[in-house]
Amino acid sequence: MASTEADVFDRLSRGLSALGTWIDDRFPMTKLIKEHATEYYASKNFNFWYGFGVLATFVLVLQLVTGIFLTMNYKPASEDAFASVEYIMRDVDWGWLIRYLHSTGASAFFIVVYLHMFRGLLYGSYKKPRELVWIIGMFIYLSLMAEAFFGYLLPWGNMSYWGAQVIVSLFGAVPVIGNGLAEWIRGDFYISDITLNRFFAFHVIAVPLMLVLLVVVHIMALHEVGSNNPDGIEIKEHKGPDGHPIDGVAFHPYHTSMDLVIVIVFLILFSAAVFFAPDMGGYFLEHANFEPADQLRTPEHIAPVWYFTPFYAILRAVPNKLVGVALMGSAVLLLFFLPWLDRCRVKSIRYRSWIYKLALMGFAITFVALGYLGLQPATGAVPRLSLVFTILYFAFFALMPFYTRNEKTKPVPTRVTW
Amino acid sequence: MTVATVVTGGAGAIATAVPFVASFKPSARAQALGAPVTVDISKLEPGALLRVEWRGRAIYVVHRTEEMLGTLDKDVGLLEDPESEDSTQPEYAKNEHRSVRPAFLVLEGVCTHLGCAPMPRFEVAPVDLGAEWPGGFYCPCHGSKFDLAGRVFAGVPAPTNLPVPPYRYINDNTILIGSDTGNS
Repeated sequence: MASTEADVFDRLSRGLSALGTWIDDRFPMTKLIKEHATEYYASKNFNFWYGFGVLATFVLVLQLVTGIFLTMNYKPASEDAFASVEYIMRDVDWGWLIRYLHSTGASAFFIVVYLHMFRGLLYGSYKKPRELVWIIGMFIYLSLMAEAFFGYLLPWGNMSYWGAQVIVSLFGAVPVIGNGLAEWIRGDFYISDITLNRFFAFHVIAVPLMLVLLVVVHIMALHEVGSNNPDGIEIKEHKGPDGHPIDGVAFHPYHTSMDLVIVIVFLILFSAAVFFAPDMGGYFLEHANFEPADQLRTPEHIAPVWYFTPFYAILRAVPNKLVGVALMGSAVLLLFFLPWLDRCRVKSIRYRSWIYKLALMGFAITFVALGYLGLQPATGAVPRLSLVFTILYFAFFALMPFYTRNEKTKPVPTRVTW
Repeated sequence: MTVATVVTGGAGAIATAVPFVASFKPSARAQALGAPVTVDISKLEPGALLRVEWRGRAIYVVHRTEEMLGTLDKDVGLLEDPESEDSTQPEYAKNEHRSVRPAFLVLEGVCTHLGCAPMPRFEVAPVDLGAEWPGGFYCPCHGSKFDLAGRVFAGVPAPTNLPVPPYRYINDNTILIGSDTGNS
């Protein structure tokens, strides 16, 4: 009895479906796929701003994979660290690529996350009912900053060393317990082998574990309330006879197809950086970091990597160290309170008043300006300009409850426009 | 009942956290390596500087001459904190010469701006530092200036004088850097 091709396929598909049923009886596989992909409905009018969440997840995976491969050759000891990075760059097959993917990935991560957060500001994605999505996202951002800071020490270049020195000494500004606290963080009286070893532990396991967990929670919270959209209206309020939002399309296959295009565009730009400008003229990999750490000799000019410079500029804007540290901390913490500082009920920038548009544009310019100022040596006009932009930065938040209270908004449509 | 359980459990959780938190402190080895160091100053010529490493920091020991000490009351007008009010030093070094014995200056060679190592520039009025330069320390990173007692000039990035570490004389020719108590 010769079995035809159709027979084979038939049996195979029946076998697979039996396996699926077997798993579903024991684990909610199909249920999860439905809830989070094939039957997760998101608005059909997404624009490119809605691609940065997927890109952030993509870069996270990229960093995890390249990071794991880097640990296979990296040595977290002050005697060996710098040499082991050079070894990866020169002697390990494709080691240079894996390291450049990781180092460029760090900057790409922040570019993508900053744009992702700005999308939230544009379309009011932090507003009710998405406050928790925003707050969990802020925790992701904090973890990401910690991850970047710990990772930056690992190459044990001179900028790694002095950058860590400057940042850890900030904790010394805390009254009374400051010096003990800085010592506790370093595990030594200065940045040493001990510090490097523990930063390695934080960078490769403690923080990444937390990051992955937070990302899962972030997505779960998002899928509970549903994605926002450029019109800032709730698509769940208009459901069709099938019970699904009329303005929504399934995440898979519709949004995944769009995301695939976005990932490809991202990879084109990312590859250009990795292959043609991995140090990005000293912005992604700072020149002073191409020499090993020297605890008795400081680099000419200490500046953190670009993604920290807006906050670094705020730190330096005031002459008092403690006040500077407090301002820098609150500059980040204020973002947590955005859902309650913004009193306007209209979510999307499309229907909000000119005064909010102006404030948000001013805020974006302020953030970029602070980032630029934080890269410059603190001479000439830089400290004064930093102070001006620091005041503008805080004014955006401090005045928000007032300029958003009685906004002259445009009428919001009930269905998405596209 | 609930309160008792929470309190007991909480106490247990805190007690469990102790070893983990404490493991972050400088270990016995780090403390041993950070132990005070002794410096023999008998062979330090007048006008010379000796660099010693203590806890990863450069410590400068300077044998100041009479002329060098003579500059200390003349440059007060140039200084930000001549009385060392806002600076870090043990009580016994909070004086004009910022040392126990006037001739021997012990300083941390760590700029109070961002931790660079200031260079000794003991010559008077060199071309690059100007006619008013009384001799002292110059930080190549951001141009901070300090006099021969490590006191910071006004109008430079560094906010305070160079710190003085705790130290004491074991005998006339030996300084113990890093500790000013006990008989070790």
